[in-house]
Amino acid sequence: MNIAAAANENMAQLSNYLVYSALAVYTLAFLAHIAEWAFGSRSRIAKQSAALTAQEQEAKASAAAPAVTVRAAGGTATLERPKVVTRNRGRDVADGLGAAGEDEKGELLGRIAISLTTLAFLIHLAGVVTRGLSVERAPWANMYEFSTTFSMVAVGVYLGLLAAGKKVRWIGLFLITTVLLDLGLALTVLYTESDQLVPALQSPWLIVHVACAIICGASFYVGAVSSLAYLVRDSYESRLEAGRTMRLSTVWRRLPSAATLDKLAYRVNAIVFPLWTFTIIAGAIWAEAAWGRYWGWDPKETWSFITWVVYAAYLHARATAGWKGRKAAYLALIAFACWIFNYYGVNMFVTGSLHSYAGVE
Amino acid sequence: MSTTKTDAAEVMSSAPADDTGTGEGPGGPQLGPVGWLRWLWRQLTSMRVALVLLFLLSLAAVPGSLVPQEGSDPVKVQDFVDRHETLGPLYEKIGMFHVYSSTWFSAVYILLFVSLIGCIVPRTWQFVGVLRARPPAAPRRLERMPAHARWSTDAPADEVLAAARRILGRRRFRTGASDGSVAAEKGYLREAGNLVFHIALIVMLVGFAAGQLYMSEGTKLVVEGDGFANNLTQYDDFKDGNLFDRDDLGGFGFTLDEFTGTYERSGPQRGSARDFRADITYWEAGGEEKKAVVSSNHPLEVAGYKAYLTGHGYAPVVTVRDGQGDVAYRGPAPFLPMDGNVTSQGVVKVTDYVGKDGERDQLGFSGIFVPTFEGASATRGMVSAFPALDNPVLFLTAYRGDLGVDSGIAQNVYQLDNERMEQFTDADGTPLAQMMKPGDTMELPDGAGSLTFERIDEWATFQVTSKPGTDLALAGAIAAIAGLSGSLFIQRRRVWVRATPDGHGRTVVETAALGRSESARVAEELGDIAALLHNEAPAVPEQQPEQRPDTDPDTDKERA
Ligand code: HEM
Repeated sequence: MNIAAAANENMAQLSNYLVYSALAVYTLAFLAHIAEWAFGSRSRIAKQSAALTAQEQEAKASAAAPAVTVRAAGGTATLERPKVVTRNRGRDVADGLGAAGEDEKGELLGRIAISLTTLAFLIHLAGVVTRGLSVERAPWANMYEFSTTFSMVAVGVYLGLLAAGKKVRWIGLFLITTVLLDLGLALTVLYTESDQLVPALQSPWLIVHVACAIICGASFYVGAVSSLAYLVRDSYESRLEAGRTMRLSTVWRRLPSAATLDKLAYRVNAIVFPLWTFTIIAGAIWAEAAWGRYWGWDPKETWSFITWVVYAAYLHARATAGWKGRKAAYLALIAFACWIFNYYGVNMFVTGSLHSYAGVE
Repeated sequence: MSTTKTDAAEVMSSAPADDTGTGEGPGGPQLGPVGWLRWLWRQLTSMRVALVLLFLLSLAAVPGSLVPQEGSDPVKVQDFVDRHETLGPLYEKIGMFHVYSSTWFSAVYILLFVSLIGCIVPRTWQFVGVLRARPPAAPRRLERMPAHARWSTDAPADEVLAAARRILGRRRFRTGASDGSVAAEKGYLREAGNLVFHIALIVMLVGFAAGQLYMSEGTKLVVEGDGFANNLTQYDDFKDGNLFDRDDLGGFGFTLDEFTGTYERSGPQRGSARDFRADITYWEAGGEEKKAVVSSNHPLEVAGYKAYLTGHGYAPVVTVRDGQGDVAYRGPAPFLPMDGNVTSQGVVKVTDYVGKDGERDQLGFSGIFVPTFEGASATRGMVSAFPALDNPVLFLTAYRGDLGVDSGIAQNVYQLDNERMEQFTDADGTPLAQMMKPGDTMELPDGAGSLTFERIDEWATFQVTSKPGTDLALAGAIAAIAGLSGSLFIQRRRVWVRATPDGHGRTVVETAALGRSESARVAEELGDIAALLHNEAPAVPEQQPEQRPDTDPDTDKERA
């Protein structure tokens, strides 16, 4: 073994330590989130303000940006900017207050959880970068690397949305739970020693194709969580409307409103869909360069296609009367299940895939 | 398209209206055959049916990933048929082993594409109509729109409207005016993008179909120093589409100068391939010879064909002498790899053999070649320990008799049919078998001849394909992504401004916006437009006795 190889080995070792450390810090963040939800359930204010404001569509009109300022100018009150009144169609329910409700301790714990998540993310990022350095290529050529990079990107997307001021903190607990599962699985079942690539994987299209697949997966994940939360929150709202209650309602009432969740899910899925289309096409171009055919109904290709078609069905459902809402949300969940199956299921249960990174060693 | 309905957002979609049970429903006794056909066609081109067909298509694609497919793995299919007595024939009957060319899979996607065409054509006309027409006039009750603003001003109504047209025009809205109001619309690219996307899907399908019909695909094993010319007789294996003209083959050829494989020497993945490259010299009809390198991800592209490097192995070069001491055969014999370390199996066939006593006969040698010999394993026999030529060993047994090559039955060149052959044995009757290193010679008993293991050449297999539809499919794919992005990221929205004299010398300005889907941005945009309009027609306090309670800024709080 030459010196460079030894350096790479050290780097790979460092990467492993970093990923383990990230796992530990994520666990702390997970506990903080649990505590946040627990404290939040005590919040009385949360209960009151989340009580459903069921209204007839006609009567309700809420003001939205841009805001109005009334100023005295030359003695007459002048509107500086006309006020825009918006009307929602359908149920008009305010968003829940988030995990912490308005409990101060809960809020503090939530902030701690986010800080811990940020710290864990940085360690995680360092782990992925050192892995890449140790193998001298993009670190996503086998399932271990794909998994670690995948959860890192998912957390990155989440923190990015938070930094942009989007109200997505409620996703935190779901996300960290998944990240823990993903990293745990990666470090145990999927672990592969750091190494270079077999020739078929040495292509710039690999970097493009897999990088896009990772981004798509991480975003589809956020979309799926929103759809799931939408389904629950929607039943919660319609039950409240009917004057009934629902189990765990202390959790559901802190979620954003069904309309908000539905919109978030749609936006995420719609934005990612063209990228997913591109991912598949990039994969086809790579397949053509490596194997001489751009489409061969290999199980991985087939399941990418299935995922794509189901997401297209979801977008159609959103535009079709009678399929909006819950039915469309079910389609979105089926589509994400196909994505997950393509990633884990095909690699583990279906043999005969040419995708050599499918190998679990 | 009308916008006077309250549900104007629905109407903004140019999606074909779904049959919601109104009008002539199915089953009505008054429906004649033409009526039925019409009804069927409307069903087929409705969004709901498109949705169901899409879902069916994804379902239909599933079995192909779970059941072995003839196209990719015929051996597994055979294995499956052997193991499942009842399921095998059933699967065979319903096309389960070639799902993607089965009747039912084709039926789903053909229906989908008929539906798609039936959907695109009317939508295109509608879209052209929309582009020609002015934006639809303002609905009567603007305050019912999703975003709405109103104020009173001292500016006269016609000035307000003129200003509104100017402002909207500057923001690249298409505007139209009717009595007392301005109507504007923007975001037609959404619709255009959507049409481009759906048309691109058809282009892609045509590309795929052309690729299938006109494709040709063949493989050829070439030993270092040997060549290949693109015609049918040269291929080891060839298949083509129904419309491919085999006389069109030709146009190029190449010689394999050298094949190089490099492998991981240490670490847990020791033995994994790192790089394969084939150095070749190729020629094109009427052109000069050129050098090129073909490697795993870099096929040779020439004369409309692509030649991919798809496999490699070793070919021991042997010299066989007959009973007279003459050279009966000299050359490489490609051995086929059986595992990742290139443990290979192969044969040497000698058809022109003359025995010690001058009788004509044939010889056959069969055996194993390992590039790196580290001792034979008791259970698995001779296996290679590493894919490179570190310690090459050839292990052969020999036969004499009828090779069966003249029998007219197609014969595998890499297998020995020793039914009518007799194995050479030692003096004590055990079959003759010998392990050889390069340079070693195996003597056949009783002066029957010899085989000398000279050296080792490498060989590579090339897959030569032509798929004329590929570029079309790729163009379709790129157009699809572009169209899709336009369709998903652009909002189509309408803005109306109405200015009405209030009878007290003032003008009431009302403006409203409607988006194709509910979006906060529509309200923001309306806010910007209203602010610009407000600069030209400033508000004066409205003498309205009833202050609408919900316009109180305090309600903002509950949204925060
Ligand atoms: C071949 C399979 C098809 C695929 C993969 C597909 C995919 C899509 C996608 C991804 C969208 C979303 C774009 C958007 O929301 O603007 C869409 C929209 C749409 N599709 Fe398709 N489509 C297919 C077939 C069809 C067919 C057969 C029809 C007609 C019946 C149709 C009619 C529409 C319409 C009207 C929209 C616009 C919906 C809207 O206004 O938002 N599509 N399609």
